[in-house]
Amino acid sequence: MRRIARLAANPVMIALFASLVIAGCASKKTPNSAADLGLGGAGAGTPGSAQDFTVNIGDRIFFDTDSTSIRADAQQTLARQAQWLNKYSQYSVVVEGHADERGTREYNLALGARRAAATRDYLAGQGVNAGRIKTISYGKERPVAVCDDISCWSQNRRAVTTLGGAGS
Amino acid sequence: MKKLLKTLMMVAALAGGIGGFAVVPANALVEIDVNKGTIEPLPIAITDFLAGDALGAEISSIVTADLKRSGLFAPIDKGAFIEKISNPDVAPRFDDWKVINAQALVTGRVSKEADGRVRAEYRLWDTFAGQQLSGEQFFANDTNTRRVAHIIADAIYERLTGEKGYFDTRVVYIDESGAKNARKKRLAIMDQDGANARFLSDGKSIVLTPRFSPNRQEITYMSYESGQPRVYLLQIETGQRELVGNFPGMTFAPRFSPDGQKVIMSLLRDDGNSNIFAMDLRSRNTTRLTNSTAIDTSPSYSPDGSKVVFTSDRGGRAQIYIMGADGSGQNRISFGDGVYSTPVWSPRGDLIAFTKQSGGEFQIGVMRTDGSGERILSSGFQQEGPTWAPNGRVLMFFRDAAGGGGPRLFSIDLTGRNEQPIPTANFGSDPAWSPLLE
Repeated sequence: MRRIARLAANPVMIALFASLVIAGCASKKTPNSAADLGLGGAGAGTPGSAQDFTVNIGDRIFFDTDSTSIRADAQQTLARQAQWLNKYSQYSVVVEGHADERGTREYNLALGARRAAATRDYLAGQGVNAGRIKTISYGKERPVAVCDDISCWSQNRRAVTTLGGAGS
Repeated sequence: MKKLLKTLMMVAALAGGIGGFAVVPANALVEIDVNKGTIEPLPIAITDFLAGDALGAEISSIVTADLKRSGLFAPIDKGAFIEKISNPDVAPRFDDWKVINAQALVTGRVSKEADGRVRAEYRLWDTFAGQQLSGEQFFANDTNTRRVAHIIADAIYERLTGEKGYFDTRVVYIDESGAKNARKKRLAIMDQDGANARFLSDGKSIVLTPRFSPNRQEITYMSYESGQPRVYLLQIETGQRELVGNFPGMTFAPRFSPDGQKVIMSLLRDDGNSNIFAMDLRSRNTTRLTNSTAIDTSPSYSPDGSKVVFTSDRGGRAQIYIMGADGSGQNRISFGDGVYSTPVWSPRGDLIAFTKQSGGEFQIGVMRTDGSGERILSSGFQQEGPTWAPNGRVLMFFRDAAGGGGPRLFSIDLTGRNEQPIPTANFGSDPAWSPLLE
């Protein structure tokens, strides 16, 4: 009896889910920087300040589902980050790796760690001394976007470069 | 807890003839075959225990709720009862119970001893055979009356199903509160029915994945309190905490070995991959079990300690693998259509519970230890993290329904037909079932 009831309920759930996904895609775009997230206007911040880094350089990159590859758009962001970090060498950084909620907790802790390491390695490849870069994984425990569809998941699959001593 | 456990001991079985009424050994009496494909819940009448106060009705209602939630019993509404039990030491009028189709009947008595302890006794009757099936009495200190009821429910469950009960157990879990992007996560512990919940951490740091020791009042879990996420031990009664090992990177996904002497967990490598290590808690020696450029995590020992089941994405996507407890013979066992993770070995040894992602849904399922016989027990938008009841017949897991705001705990039995919400004050995740309390 219970099984029948659940099967009957499923098509409704699937239809609801599909409409959420469509609505999400139509109304939101994936942000590329903190500025897109409303953290400040373009051009804000003294050159070399944490705000300069976050707003003008872009402190975060995004990943495809279950992937740790650095995408082309992310490569551009990381090249800017590396250039900036090479110029302002007083900063150490912590790269936070994050996953979306579409995975289990333990696997996503590992996935976030792998994303943070891939980001660290890319920055190091751009000349940033790896000794300046620490990594930490938050798995899926610290989402920035909280809806239940792909428009949020794509924002949560991210690596955020935070400046040491300047907070995040 | 240890002290409290010792004060709660079974004293004497109330067997033997009562009122000229002989106890017959169990054969061909009322019983439930839990291995049948479909189980018709057994109609059972559970009378209020005789008492000078409301405790009698409370014990009866706890026993009733336990048995009902198991899905194997159909407690009969008290309004239908004909006979009013006035002396639980004499045989009931079986015809009065047969006529309301109560195949089993529970009677009992609760009283206060001179030393302040609570004495509870029950008798379980087979109404159609007209005989007593079991009778026992228990003592508890008076802060502990719910446990007496759970122990009685376990005794009834065991007598009628032939399986060990699981009601006198606790669950450690993560209490979650606040907005999704600022969620406070606290270690918490409660009875398996959601009662007596209390916090074990203050919520200042993210804590995840608590797991019970098989033989101590101790849990292992992961916490961000040092900045880096690491595995800790926590003594439940004293609150004493201890870091497990001194590794340079993140340690996560801990579980105890069946003898309680080791913690097996994942350790992050510098290249961003994760491998599985076991640490002996006495010698502090660590053993590397996997060495792959992949994510190897969620290890879980077989109950005899000889094997470990774990998740790995070495083949591309996450799948379930088994290896010897020394890391030898690593073999993939999951081959279904989807992504598999969080394998947990049944305490009976026969099955592995897992989380599967397939078709946009998350599923809780079980498979045999060679990967065959996969059965999905529950599907939903987001659910994961199965944990076994100590008798290996029931699983608990957590589910985050789309739009539901946060995760909740549920139990489901191996038939997949009896799913029950576990009440928690806030959101709850990462449940881990204790062994039967002693």
